[in-house]
Amino acid sequence: MKSNNNTSRKNFLRLSLLTGGGLIAGAGVIKTVLSDKNTVEAPVCGLSAANTTVITTGGKVFKVDEKHLTEIKVAPVSNAEARKGIPNKKFVMVIDLAKCDGCKKCTEACQAMHFTEPQREWIKVFKMKEAKETAPYYFPKPCFHCDNPPCTKVCPVNATFKREDGIVLIDNERCIGCRMCMVACPYSTRFFNWSHPELSYASQHTVYSPEQSFPRRMGTVEKCDFCPDMLRQGKMPACVASCPMDVIYMGDQNEDAVTNGSGVTVKLSQLLEDNAAYRHLEELGTDPRVYYLPPKNRKYPTPNMNERGKGEIERTVKSAKADVMKM
Amino acid sequence: MIDSETQELDQEIETLREDCLRPTRHWSAVTIIWVIFLMLVAAWGFGVYIYQLRNGLGVTAMRNYVSWGLYISTFVFFIGISHSGTLVSAILRITKQEWRRPITRSAELLTFVSLCFGGIMPIIDLGRPDRILNLVMFGRIQSPLIWDIICILTYFTGSTVFLFLPMIPDLALCRDRLTDTKSLFGKFKKWLYTTMAMGWHGSAQQWHTLEKCMKVMTIIIIPIAVSVHTVVSYIFAMTLRAGWDSTVFGPYFVAGALYSGSAGVILGMAAFRKFYHLEKYITPRHFNLMGQIVLALTLIYAYLNLNEYWIPAYKMASTEGALLGDLFWGPYSRVFWTLQFGTVLLPIVVMATPIGRRILPLSITCIVIVIGAWIKRYIIVVPTLLHPFMPIQEVPADWATYFPNWVEWSVTMACLAGIFLVITLFAKMFPMMAVWEVAEGMELNHDKKIAYAQRKKREEALLETEKVVIG
Repeated sequence: MKSNNNTSRKNFLRLSLLTGGGLIAGAGVIKTVLSDKNTVEAPVCGLSAANTTVITTGGKVFKVDEKHLTEIKVAPVSNAEARKGIPNKKFVMVIDLAKCDGCKKCTEACQAMHFTEPQREWIKVFKMKEAKETAPYYFPKPCFHCDNPPCTKVCPVNATFKREDGIVLIDNERCIGCRMCMVACPYSTRFFNWSHPELSYASQHTVYSPEQSFPRRMGTVEKCDFCPDMLRQGKMPACVASCPMDVIYMGDQNEDAVTNGSGVTVKLSQLLEDNAAYRHLEELGTDPRVYYLPPKNRKYPTPNMNERGKGEIERTVKSAKADVMKM
Repeated sequence: MIDSETQELDQEIETLREDCLRPTRHWSAVTIIWVIFLMLVAAWGFGVYIYQLRNGLGVTAMRNYVSWGLYISTFVFFIGISHSGTLVSAILRITKQEWRRPITRSAELLTFVSLCFGGIMPIIDLGRPDRILNLVMFGRIQSPLIWDIICILTYFTGSTVFLFLPMIPDLALCRDRLTDTKSLFGKFKKWLYTTMAMGWHGSAQQWHTLEKCMKVMTIIIIPIAVSVHTVVSYIFAMTLRAGWDSTVFGPYFVAGALYSGSAGVILGMAAFRKFYHLEKYITPRHFNLMGQIVLALTLIYAYLNLNEYWIPAYKMASTEGALLGDLFWGPYSRVFWTLQFGTVLLPIVVMATPIGRRILPLSITCIVIVIGAWIKRYIIVVPTLLHPFMPIQEVPADWATYFPNWVEWSVTMACLAGIFLVITLFAKMFPMMAVWEVAEGMELNHDKKIAYAQRKKREEALLETEKVVIG
């Protein structure tokens, strides 16, 4: 499921159309990212040296003159549709903390799908321990897509918005970069493009839509988007599909059904009822659309709170003191 | 006897006019060096801002946790300073405090200038200033930032009018007494004064209209000023963040603004008194009275400050408790307690005594208050951002700490230099005291004297007749 997910990703590919040349006139071809432009000679029509390897929708591989290729950029949905949401849906996520072993495959898959730099974790696996005597556990945290979102409330230009299907998105073509949503979000879910983002080839050649959150732009905010472009195709978000432990369920509240990465569908209300589900920081009143099943009878080793991960720092009194000393 | 007194009054007013116009007539070498220095600082900061524009806000020390830093702190500070003009000018006008006359102009100017640069700060902080028109095209009234923009623009318009209206008779004076009309600069000045004076010739009708407008503006500007710093506090208080989620934030910010702004006015008074030789008009009495006002405002501020920290400190709720720990005994404790003692307790002790309200100790206290108010804004903005509800784990080292870097300092100092530059240039172009208002005060004083003399005369005459009758 995971590998299939990556290769079928339409945004990894550039849709091109063969407009001329007698060989496969009028047929749609897809130019792969891996095409080598300069090393291959031109066997087709013998027109010029600029050749590109293409594959047809039928799977045949050709080398064609670039002159015959016209690039067609297609946005998945219009901005108006992206702001409205998928009709008759109410997306909901359930995360079973009892099953999470903190492998961070969800984070990796998410970063691969959204071409995110390594430190920017749209879904982040925290090591949690509420009090000295309580048990530690792993806590994957995506955007909660709150029903009472503090972030969209404060946006001065409606660049971040709540859709009818429950998803909170950001339109980075409208965002002015005031970062009020970042200070308003109690869950540190949002990230800012402080500098010119490094755009991968594929993300550069993708038409922007708030539904896929790239190509990213300098001076704008981004965050976990629940992969609405995948949901639109009836597929699972990257984190759900990639989780080897089936920790994350995604589904539609209207249907009262959620599905995990292995494709097992369960009744949402039953799942929440049986496991005494809760929402993180319920007292803030943000009404998250992400439910947690308590880390009871954990099936995997719990985190070692004393061990630091690679590159991890803890905000210590010492480090902050160094800041203040400069004052 | 009355005639001679009237002559004396005329002479006094004449000296006043010349004293006020003198600084506009020639530029001393010191002034020129000062202006060049300020321009260099501003130009450097402007260059650095261009660098920031090209490379993004990543060139600053701000990162994902501390996403608001020195720029936003300075925004709050400048807007706070801008409350000075309203307080001194409008409130003292409404309460008919005669002693206000020589200090209203500089207070109103301080409001105008700090509001200009205060308003620029959030734009400097924007990730996409090129999209600023989105605020007009897609503006949402639900956003506290839009409240800020509306209130600040309203206050800016109001305080510009409030500064300009009482300048009109003085502009006419400048126009009529312009000595240098031949040079290019002189011609420019003539054009400027003539245009801005709008044909003022001091007719009874014009005076009547001016007074009416001033009355209306005086009343309107006070609620607008209160609204401005209230909504500035709302960009923090409307979030769920520990340390900002406070119902006292509105009045706390307004009190903090008034107290730092009034201290700013005292510094302006001291500076103009010294550099423009206005010792005759701005007297120790003015400092004494302003000192009492700042004392009263400091007490109000201290009271709200107590509420802001003592109530959560008693409870020490989880995240807020950690934040307060940072402030009370953690990394920020030294700064926090220095501010509490140096800008709250100490000013109260100093200003409570008449000696403390003398020019020198008062000015020093006010410097401490103003700088302290700036640092205080920083202490309100930054530590809260380092205390999110989610733990800070496995992030690059620079995300979890913050101290403004050279880019932020350069741009911020350029804005500060801009404030000084505009004030200096203004003072070289226009009288820094409301000449006609001070003259009016002298006339009122004179009338009072005459009325008193006349009454005394009548009483004496009456006494004489009584004596005669009795005799």
